[in-house]
Amino acid sequence: MAAVESLPPGTPSAMRNAFGTVLSALILVLIGVLAFSIRLFSVIKYESVIHEFDPYFNYRVTQFLSKNGIYEFWNWFDDRTWYPLGRVIGGTVYPGLTLTAGTIWWVLNAINIPLSVETVCVFTAPVFSAFASWATYLLTKEVKGSGAGLAAAALLAMVPSYISRSVAGSYDNEAVAIFALIFTFYLYIKTLNTGSLFYATLNAIAYFYMVCSWGGYTFIINLIPMHVLLCIVTGRYSPRLYIAYAPLVVLGTLLAALVPVVGFNAVLTSEHFASFLVFIIIHVVALVYYIKGILTPKMFKVAVTLVVSIGLVVCLIVVAVLVALVASSPTGGWSGRSLSLLDPTYASKYIPIIASVSEHQPPTWPSYFMDINVLAFLVPAGIIACFSPLSDASSFVVLYIVMSVYFSGVMVRLMLVLAPAACIMSGIALSQAFDVFTGSIKYQLSSKSKDDAEDNTSTKNAPKDDASSGKADKGEEVAKERLSKKGKKKEREPAEKPSVKSKIVKKKALVLPLEASIVALLLLIMLGAFYVIHCVWAAAEAYSAPSIVLTSQSHDGLHVFDDFRESYAWLSHNTDVDDKVASWWDYGYQTTAMANRTVIVDNNTWNNTHIATVGTAMSSPEKAAWEIFNSLDVKYVLVVFGGVIGYPSDDINKFLWMVRIGGGEFPHIKEADYLRDGQYRIDSEATPTMLNCLMYKLCYYRFVETDGKGYDRVRRTEIGKKHFKLTHFEEVFTSHHWMVRIYKLKPQKNRIRGRVKKLKQKTTSGVSSKSVKKNPWM
Amino acid sequence: MPARNWIFAVAVALFLSLSTFSSAQDLQIVNAERRIDLSSHIVKAFLTLKVENIGKDPAADMLLAFPPTQIKNLAMVQALAVTGKKKKKTYLPLDVKPSEQPDAPNDAGYFLVSFATPLGPGEAVTLEVLYILTHSLEPFPVEITQSESQLVYYRDSAVVLSPYRIKQQTTFFKTPSTRVESFTSVEPANRAGKEIKYGAYEDRVPYSYAPVIVHFENNSPFAVVEELVREIEISHWGSLQITENYRLTHGGARHKGVFSRVEYQSRRSISGSSSFNALLAVLPPRVNSVYYRDNIGNISTSHLRTGFKKSELEFEPRYPLFGGWKATFIIGYRVPLEDYLFEAPDGRRYLNFTFGCPLVETIVNKLTLKVVLPEGSKDPSAVLPFAVNQDLQVKYSYLDIVGRTVVVLQKDNVVPTHNVPFQVYYTFKPIYMLAEPLMLVSAFFFVFVTSLAYVHIDLNIVKK
Repeated sequence: MAAVESLPPGTPSAMRNAFGTVLSALILVLIGVLAFSIRLFSVIKYESVIHEFDPYFNYRVTQFLSKNGIYEFWNWFDDRTWYPLGRVIGGTVYPGLTLTAGTIWWVLNAINIPLSVETVCVFTAPVFSAFASWATYLLTKEVKGSGAGLAAAALLAMVPSYISRSVAGSYDNEAVAIFALIFTFYLYIKTLNTGSLFYATLNAIAYFYMVCSWGGYTFIINLIPMHVLLCIVTGRYSPRLYIAYAPLVVLGTLLAALVPVVGFNAVLTSEHFASFLVFIIIHVVALVYYIKGILTPKMFKVAVTLVVSIGLVVCLIVVAVLVALVASSPTGGWSGRSLSLLDPTYASKYIPIIASVSEHQPPTWPSYFMDINVLAFLVPAGIIACFSPLSDASSFVVLYIVMSVYFSGVMVRLMLVLAPAACIMSGIALSQAFDVFTGSIKYQLSSKSKDDAEDNTSTKNAPKDDASSGKADKGEEVAKERLSKKGKKKEREPAEKPSVKSKIVKKKALVLPLEASIVALLLLIMLGAFYVIHCVWAAAEAYSAPSIVLTSQSHDGLHVFDDFRESYAWLSHNTDVDDKVASWWDYGYQTTAMANRTVIVDNNTWNNTHIATVGTAMSSPEKAAWEIFNSLDVKYVLVVFGGVIGYPSDDINKFLWMVRIGGGEFPHIKEADYLRDGQYRIDSEATPTMLNCLMYKLCYYRFVETDGKGYDRVRRTEIGKKHFKLTHFEEVFTSHHWMVRIYKLKPQKNRIRGRVKKLKQKTTSGVSSKSVKKNPWM
Repeated sequence: MPARNWIFAVAVALFLSLSTFSSAQDLQIVNAERRIDLSSHIVKAFLTLKVENIGKDPAADMLLAFPPTQIKNLAMVQALAVTGKKKKKTYLPLDVKPSEQPDAPNDAGYFLVSFATPLGPGEAVTLEVLYILTHSLEPFPVEITQSESQLVYYRDSAVVLSPYRIKQQTTFFKTPSTRVESFTSVEPANRAGKEIKYGAYEDRVPYSYAPVIVHFENNSPFAVVEELVREIEISHWGSLQITENYRLTHGGARHKGVFSRVEYQSRRSISGSSSFNALLAVLPPRVNSVYYRDNIGNISTSHLRTGFKKSELEFEPRYPLFGGWKATFIIGYRVPLEDYLFEAPDGRRYLNFTFGCPLVETIVNKLTLKVVLPEGSKDPSAVLPFAVNQDLQVKYSYLDIVGRTVVVLQKDNVVPTHNVPFQVYYTFKPIYMLAEPLMLVSAFFFVFVTSLAYVHIDLNIVKK
């Protein structure tokens, strides 16, 4: 990783620079290839297909986009979901990912490379993870030089946390958002280092792309103000800071408001308020510095007292207005997901629908080890390295890691934001460690040769020093312009070439024994190797299994459970195109995308009442459920049942959430009715409410006939109620391994009977009633 | 009647109608034996005719007549002339083409069989005629439940419809099982096991007709491909890529009510006897890179057996098909180019490939076969043993600039007997093969030259 830096000095520096550039370019290309190819396990082991639940929606949107064009896309009202409400897709979706993939598809087709939309979608995430690792290189290079940059890029290319969201086929917002996040940070740091308005504009555009891509953009718009504030408080204010921040807020907010899903939220919700507050503060500070420059110290003191007194009043008013605004909105101006960030227990207390998603749960300790592995140990070293010396850029990454560690502790999903920070820190740590160890080895070796030729030492060392100082001079020459712009604040060493001059001064202190350095180097390499092995394992085994196809290895070979697609294909070919299918919301996106049928609820959980209605129906007895479903115009009910093959994430295991969410809106559903002594069970001890609810019946209908006992392999127990009949539903399809069962609502019988009675009454007066009885419809 | 024929001013039509007019008078069928095989949903009828010329002029051809209900379901008619006796029989394929007869009673349809040599007065010839009917078994009851077996009607005539006098004839119907619900009795008619025999009937006048209905059990897979699009892409770099898009349906009695998986799994032979879930496709030998998927991904239930003469792909749709259920899927494979692409003596190249549908025992309602010729090919022409609709299209594939010529062949009502070789001739200069690699090379070259130029050009306005 540190190859560029550890090149032996002596060769002509121009040649060396060129060689270093080519070498790092080559390494970067290889890192890109690595990032792309480590994510292909899912395609190689399974197939090139969209994997999870959410990506199916993105895929469907992309299909729509590529078929109908961008204007149709903005105006798309989707009537195949959230029946009968529908959903305005164009205005409620983060369009970054879809637009990106749609553009890639369009460009490829324009040059006659006929890739399908699906292929483009499958490979978007791996391609963007290569981009993300290059962005990491750029960011870390701005912070600590290209050696650290390369190390960080290589680490990010294979960090398991990021792999989990960007394997081929997981076509999710995060796939492009992480790239956008890192790239925005890079441009911010770049602007901070150069003070160039050009980069500031680019930064705003990158921020716009991030806003387009993912709701996580609020992390940026809170982190950067925090850093600006930190800089101001620690007396690091400079015009560069102003250039880096003010245009971002102005342009960024304007651009963000262009995205339909954000719109006026960009100025109205409290997630964005921090940036405006800091925007005001930075202007005040800028003014203060300006006035300080033109006034004499005495006059300045007078001005300060004047301004502070007026300023305090203004601030108080502003704060009061803000507080009033925040307090007037129902959730205090914070959306549920953001609130659960600040108060980890908020969601589970108030919003079961957020708590029911496993990725919204706080992570456990093993998941840190699983997702960032050895990086967790390298991060502290990286933080220390960032403090020697502390610059604007390194203080930013320190702040970044601190904040992301906090947020990742709240929600598993945000581990993804932590991963780049951890990679950057570890890259810095590794690079610095390699620097120190190789430096001391070099020193020890040269001091050994000094023993051999004592008299030569001075002459030998002198040219070396000259060469290195020459090199350092050159480096400074290159960065001269930059330094001059940086002003007098602090002599920041050019990042690419850690100044040898200062090193020589410190060298005596930092030098380590030869053996210790070699051992430490070996240990570091082992650590890296361990990381690589873990990453490859995680990519191959843990994160590449698609959720729509399950496999199991048994003694007679590989078993494939392709039940989901079996039943979706059945639905799409053998039901009417306008039929409505009710299922728990987890399967909504897939049903609309794969079966092309209208669903009642889906994974975009925007209407809690609607979801609660379905939850209530599932937890009601058959008759009541039939009435609910019939009122929603539902024709088919789909349940997922794992009891035959032991698939644990089935609807019976999710059922308590349905009860809770349903009960939240419709109080006649009580969680306690479904629990026996606080325990959730489906065996003979289960409560009658449980055994008579629709979900139980639909899952276990005729289940007992499979083995004669009705043994559920997930719950590891015999079911409570074995023989029963369905009166309002009929089984129309069950997949091969029983994982998906589809029932049809029986037609309304009562009304027909009523009609019969009427007919009878009418006809009794007339012709003989006998024929009418026989055939009432004639 | 000759006066009406004069209205057909075209000389060929004139000749044909005149000759048929004469032969209708002069030919008679001495003996006709018809065997109709009803064991699958493709009805195959083997008709043996002994034709005699009793007129004074030699007859060049004869007519086969079909009732209007059959003519629209008629997938193919073939005729062979039999020469020689018992052991040393030789068969000579005869030319058969559809023919219009202005005086056809009740819209009967005709096929004209041309003899190899005109039949002289007093001469007789034996013909073997095979005709295939599709969609001729009508399920009754129309809807059945999972456990019922499928009963169908077959409607035909007990006597052969013919514009000629038939001296003696018999007809046999072969049913798939011994379960026959009913059959119309036209004396003499009797049933033995799987066979129903009508006849022998003596001396029937032209256009005799005796409608019969056979109601019997038929649980053979009614696999009907509603639409099949086969695309054959020729790459002169060494392979043919074939992609087949199927829209399959179960053409039998519609499924009614519940589908119970537990019954289907535990009592497959009773419950679900009318359904099918295994299909067999006969692919060319040396086939490779076979895939089987649908538009939501790979389908994992398939086996491939490769052999020297043919390869067999055994596969299952995602779910068993009951009556009226549909499924779509795609089969793709690749075969080596040298097996199918040849150079004609005149320097043109030609593709020699099999027409029809690789699935066995399947009816294809609409078959579209697209042959994608390499970019730069010219003068395409297709040669087929039967009539199809032909069309030309242009397709843009990887890095194409002018596009590839696509020969589109389209035919309705295709049965397995249509799986015969056809040829597509075209001219192609091998230099075109290099166009795309050269394009890529020059693109990379351009990129490097630009980056070289960028590095060396100072774009700054102010010199430092």
